[in-house]
Amino acid sequence: MSVPGAWYLGLAAMLFTIGGVGLLVRRNVLIMFMCVELMLNAVNLTFVTYARMLNDIGGQVVVFFVLVVAAAEVVVGLAIIVSIFRRRADATADDVSLLRG
Amino acid sequence: MDWAVFLVAAAAVLSGALGVILSAHPVHSALSLVLTLFGIAVLFVAQEAHFLAAVQVIVYAGAIVVLFLFVIMLLGVDRSENVATEPLRGQRPIAYLAGIGVIAAVFLLARTTWVSGAESVAGAADAPGGNVEKVASSLFTRYLLAFEMTSVLLVIAVIGAVVLARHSPSGGVHGSEER
Repeated sequence: MSVPGAWYLGLAAMLFTIGGVGLLVRRNVLIMFMCVELMLNAVNLTFVTYARMLNDIGGQVVVFFVLVVAAAEVVVGLAIIVSIFRRRADATADDVSLLRG
Repeated sequence: MDWAVFLVAAAAVLSGALGVILSAHPVHSALSLVLTLFGIAVLFVAQEAHFLAAVQVIVYAGAIVVLFLFVIMLLGVDRSENVATEPLRGQRPIAYLAGIGVIAAVFLLARTTWVSGAESVAGAADAPGGNVEKVASSLFTRYLLAFEMTSVLLVIAVIGAVVLARHSPSGGVHGSEER
């Protein structure tokens, strides 16, 4: 374990930022969804790094729960995207504005 | 050796992440996502989280990315996005600035200390035994209730996906007024 945890945490922060910027910049709902996955993975990496730095197995258990929730989220989110695309073939995030005030 | 593994995996993670947000084609984004997920799995192994690395490869790189690709192909949306249109004026520059601000804030706040707090609350990670045994014993004792709740969550997700994606052949049974 010669690599300090700070490097892992810095990498995770950069990954989280890339995901967040992508979520704000892109228009395609599928790619926005992938950016959410990037952010979740950054948080997972942070948890595992903290589990190592604090010598606590609980961090790894939390990552397990995040994986389960991410799987459920992907299933429901992709079902929503499929049902949106069924109504309008060329939907970007800007076209789904029915609830705009 | 540790540094070599870390640097290669970090390069894979970051280049994959940039590929996800920069490629105009959704399929290329999904394949870049695989690169990032494998890099994360390597970093898990490097930090002794062997069980999570296996789950990462099986669940994320296997199931979730395949699901993404499946939906991309099923919907026929595998065409490029026009990145030039900007419906909300000034959103992109502000998004880039916000990203730079976030990363600067993290490194500014963490320049003295990255972690503090009690150690080994849920069990020591360097206790004797394999990583899978330690995760399992913590999961089935201290976090048993949360573990049972995830099973309920998965059932709800499956039912929700079936209800949302069902294509009612009779037409107009559940929320299909516009078809």
